[in-house]
Amino acid sequence: MGNWSRFNIASIVLGFGFLYLPIVLLVIFSFNESKLVTVWAGFSTKWYTQLWHNQALLDAAWVTIRVALISATCATVLGTLAALALVRYTRFRGRMLFSGMVYAPLVMPEVITGLSLLLLFVAIGLDRGFWTITLAHITFTMCFVAVVVQSRLLSFDQSIEEAALDLGATPVRTFFAITLPVIAPAVFSGWVLAFTLSLDDLVISSFTTGPGATTLPMKIYSQVRLGVTPEINAICTILIGIVAIGVIVASVVTKQREAQREKDERAAFAQ
Amino acid sequence: MKSLGSIRRSFAPWADPASKPFISVKNVTKTFGDFIAVDDLSLDIYTREFFALLGASGCGKSTLLRMLAGFEQPTSGEIILDGQSLAGIPPYRRPVNMMFQSYALFPHMTVETNIAFGLKQDGMPKADIAERVGQMLKLVKLEKFAKRKPHQLSGGQRQRVALARSLAKRPKVLLLDEPLGALDKKLREETQFELMDLQQELGLTFVVVTHDQEEAMTMADRIAVMSHGKVVQVATPAEIYEAPNSRFVADFIGDVNIFDGTVSAVENGYLRIETGNGFPVRMASPDKPSVGAKAAVAIRPEKIRVSRQPPAHAPVNAVEGEIWDIGYLGDMTVFHIRLKDGRVVKASSLNAVRAVEDPFGYDQQVWISFGEDAGVVLKD
Repeated sequence: MGNWSRFNIASIVLGFGFLYLPIVLLVIFSFNESKLVTVWAGFSTKWYTQLWHNQALLDAAWVTIRVALISATCATVLGTLAALALVRYTRFRGRMLFSGMVYAPLVMPEVITGLSLLLLFVAIGLDRGFWTITLAHITFTMCFVAVVVQSRLLSFDQSIEEAALDLGATPVRTFFAITLPVIAPAVFSGWVLAFTLSLDDLVISSFTTGPGATTLPMKIYSQVRLGVTPEINAICTILIGIVAIGVIVASVVTKQREAQREKDERAAFAQ
Repeated sequence: MKSLGSIRRSFAPWADPASKPFISVKNVTKTFGDFIAVDDLSLDIYTREFFALLGASGCGKSTLLRMLAGFEQPTSGEIILDGQSLAGIPPYRRPVNMMFQSYALFPHMTVETNIAFGLKQDGMPKADIAERVGQMLKLVKLEKFAKRKPHQLSGGQRQRVALARSLAKRPKVLLLDEPLGALDKKLREETQFELMDLQQELGLTFVVVTHDQEEAMTMADRIAVMSHGKVVQVATPAEIYEAPNSRFVADFIGDVNIFDGTVSAVENGYLRIETGNGFPVRMASPDKPSVGAKAAVAIRPEKIRVSRQPPAHAPVNAVEGEIWDIGYLGDMTVFHIRLKDGRVVKASSLNAVRAVEDPFGYDQQVWISFGEDAGVVLKD
């Protein structure tokens, strides 16, 4: 940490300001006494208490969490399998096409993904609602999981699987006893990624929803159109808090693990 | 206790026509697309043999080992183990175990659970597993490290865990893929002898793949020298070194001087060859080529004498040259001697007597000479 030149300080302030000023404002105003969003009238937590009595908002939150849990779990299973297929079976016919198709949704505009899913659901006559949103979320989060798991598998020493086979484990046992535990951190971060993506998705949910299934982002969006209330600020602050805690916990755990590992390795070579 | 050496010396089942091979590789070919990794290869390996597959990278030795383990299937031909064809038998049903070059330890398991893994797959009772794991840990002297994870071990310790894990199931055959490749020189030499003792003690058949000729020479009962998917020569280390069957083997194992020439006389057990380097050679050879046939004589550096005076048998098996380079290695000295036609010959002499002064200096005129049994006549 050497040169704290004025230029550096200015860059950092500007950069972080640009990123976090809107969020900081939102958090501050969620504790505003006044009903007017832009006028500060003293500290209060009354909007948070009021949240608990807003049944529509709580329902939406519950729907969102269920969708995110189910879709993240399914997407993790499918994405992990896709990643395994792509990394392991390098010589099957049409591999390039398959891998391109797995990753296409990453860059596909959400509007198009949403619209095409809507068309599909209409065509096959599926009643739109909770399950169509969940299906849609599985579809678009799966490729993110595949990317995360694939990058882990590329650095995975395949000879440990061969060693397990050699020692008498069947391929299925090898997968559950060796492969899965070793790639588990990547699978878990894939799941977290899928969960967060599902949690805050608005566009695809809007296209694929039906009566009775409103997710939190949809609810917030529709309320904001009628005007921003401090209540919205409060729920957004809670969301920010959840995401921030998740990110911090994940990174602290990773860091500690790495530090422990380095320490162990030094100890091993010291003797 | 009977010395292991005495057992080793008398061990030569390959020379006995009555003994049956334990592993038989029969006309095995393995291709990957257009690339022929193993080319119509046949080999016999006997029970309790320490067998080395030696060759440069890409010669097909690892592919052959992987076919024995079951990770690759032969494109054609078959492998027979203990009278049973291995065709179509997956790796997890073969009575062989492998020690991997990268050790392939399970990173999320402790030393103990790594070693127990194979036993658990067999459904061995817990108490027996614990006992066997204890034996294995003792065998590789890692009792104190049972609860450690692989990343908490040094390279040498990891190698031992890998060995213990592959031996835990008491396989009929242990396959070792460059087992010492990742160790430093000193540790490697120690471990070579440990592996040999272990193999004798347990009475197992070892098949080891290596590119290190010294390693193969030290450890193996027999060596198969491989090149381009084929076996060039299978023989004991001494035969490979002293009686290579081809220019490739002579050149691949150790240092060698090869003199090309034509046969000028054939007389009971000896050939006279006029070399292209201006001196005739008389060399023992069981072959009887016709006069005028091309022949090459291979002579190891340590079998060439360097002297100031011409030997009595000059000019046969002797030629004059000039000392071009001297490499002092401590235990021996290597000379590069330049003949009149510019050809450089390598000669080495053991420094059996303590002497700080070198008897020979740079640019000195010397004679090099060798005996009539010092070299081998190569056919090609």
